[in-house]
Amino acid sequence: MKAPSGHALLLDRGNLKRRKRVNRVIEVTSTIAALLAVAVLLIVVGSVLLKGLGALSLHFLTTPTGLFGDTSGGISNAIVGSAIMVGLAAVMAIPVGLLVAIYTTEFASPRFGHAVRFVLDILNGVPTIITGIFVFGLMVEGNKQSGFAASVALAIIMLPIVARTAQEVLTLVPANLKEAAHALGIAHWRSTVRITIPTAAGGLLTGALLAVARVAGETAPLILLSSIYGQGVLTEPGEALASIPIFIFQSSESPSPDAHTQAWAAALVLIAFVLVLNVVARAFYARSRKRMGA
Amino acid sequence: MEAGALGNPVLRARRSLTDRIGDPLLRGLSGLAAALAVAAMVGIVYEVIQIASPAISAFGIGFVTTNDWNPVTENFGAAPFLYGTAVTSAIALLLAAPLSIAISIYLTELAPARLRRPVATLVDMLAAIPTVILGLWGILVLGPVMHDTIEPALQSAFGFLPIFSGDPSAFGYLTAALILTIMITPIITSVTREVFETVPSDLKEGAYALGATRWEMVREVVLPYSRAGIVGASILGLGRAIGEAIAVAQVIGGATAINVSLFHTGGTMAAQIASQFQGAPGALQKPSLAYLGLILLVFAVVVNVIARLIVQRGKLKDSDTTLTEAEAL
Repeated sequence: MKAPSGHALLLDRGNLKRRKRVNRVIEVTSTIAALLAVAVLLIVVGSVLLKGLGALSLHFLTTPTGLFGDTSGGISNAIVGSAIMVGLAAVMAIPVGLLVAIYTTEFASPRFGHAVRFVLDILNGVPTIITGIFVFGLMVEGNKQSGFAASVALAIIMLPIVARTAQEVLTLVPANLKEAAHALGIAHWRSTVRITIPTAAGGLLTGALLAVARVAGETAPLILLSSIYGQGVLTEPGEALASIPIFIFQSSESPSPDAHTQAWAAALVLIAFVLVLNVVARAFYARSRKRMGA
Repeated sequence: MEAGALGNPVLRARRSLTDRIGDPLLRGLSGLAAALAVAAMVGIVYEVIQIASPAISAFGIGFVTTNDWNPVTENFGAAPFLYGTAVTSAIALLLAAPLSIAISIYLTELAPARLRRPVATLVDMLAAIPTVILGLWGILVLGPVMHDTIEPALQSAFGFLPIFSGDPSAFGYLTAALILTIMITPIITSVTREVFETVPSDLKEGAYALGATRWEMVREVVLPYSRAGIVGASILGLGRAIGEAIAVAQVIGGATAINVSLFHTGGTMAAQIASQFQGAPGALQKPSLAYLGLILLVFAVVVNVIARLIVQRGKLKDSDTTLTEAEAL
């Protein structure tokens, strides 16, 4: 155990009144700091609600964006494009991320598993704009922008999030469950698929949902990979697709107040989706941890 | 475990066909997935160097110190953006780290038990807000407040300092730094809070028993115990701040020169790439942006490696878990 170092006598420090005053100042400061963080959240979400709600209508949600400068349209093409790109990314990243987690927790030697985890952490720290440059060089250069290229970039961003949360959840699965399966002579793959994964399902879902929430708002790689798109609702991933983040970004850079109003409304759609996903994910995680007795 | 089962010939012969295929299949597939993750990391480094190579051979290492970004003469340098990244991230870290420690103290030591979880969740939610929305908010809400209130106030109080000179402006280094602060505070807080929660209560109670006030207990027990975690979390936050492209691009104003005044518009490496890469004209501009990206990538990797090492060493040193247990974390 580590003892507080080098402060022989706490009692020996000035008079009590001063110590209590210092204590009070710190307590008040800490409380203000926490209030400030909550206040900033409320102010940002409140701004989005206040300014976006007025422009949000069925028309806005079901009409594609108009030509440049025309703010009579909506974001149906962006909603569809975002759904396609995020959906494709999820289809790629979630199975691969889960497999990576299975490898490091079930098969790899501790040393090698540790190394893979380390690489995943570094990959998680790569700025998303750099991931955008990577996929640009891989798929867009000498070719053209596409929704598919964007979904590959989003999948790379999702991968470490899915894999790391899955690893953490899989290591929480009680060892006696796995050992019981082994004692019954059940093959390793079968016990993994039938026992380990179902036990951890809630937590695995959490990681997947959080990763989806994270990339749904991702903008930087999309600027390089899917930002110049045609009119109307496009659904072909071989073409560049519209997306909600790019719509917000482009409208926010416009000087027109009407475009700003549209940006707020789109932000409201995005923030609602992301926050709801976060709340659901947390609920699953809490339930899953309880089930595994952690 | 598994090697033992396979090693026994009797057991091996009894295994069904699906099991004989299933085990190596799952091992192979999952190994392949792990290899894919590693390949993605290697591919990112390779591809960024590849795209940057014309600029690397044209400007060499002098790129880093060249204070110019001129698409007309095709003379590009990283200095204005290195400066912008350093200034905005440093301010964000200086504001966010103490703030995060204070919030964590509140959440672990001060808040009534039934408030802890809701407040912690709200702070976490702040981290979930997409950065493009923070940027939008920065342009339309924070920017005007900076221009009308905060920057004039700073100027009247500290106007003698060159960093607070010049005209207040809605967009610039300071606005970007504040947006980054909002972005990284919840990230740093979530780690420091967790570290604070691991401080053994017998140590805390010991300090109280010696007559320490709450703050003295925090200063003498919680903070020293959590030092590695705090430093690691702050560096992770720093990594996020240097890498943020969109929100910064929205509020920093996009100037391509170094300016001492924090009110002035500027640029960061990530923001410059975000705003110019798409459709960059000329033979050297795109490679130069990728060169910026390469510098950014090196920063991000170094920062992350350092942060993980610190956090890990802290875990080994301070916790009661054995080495293998800590390895498994």
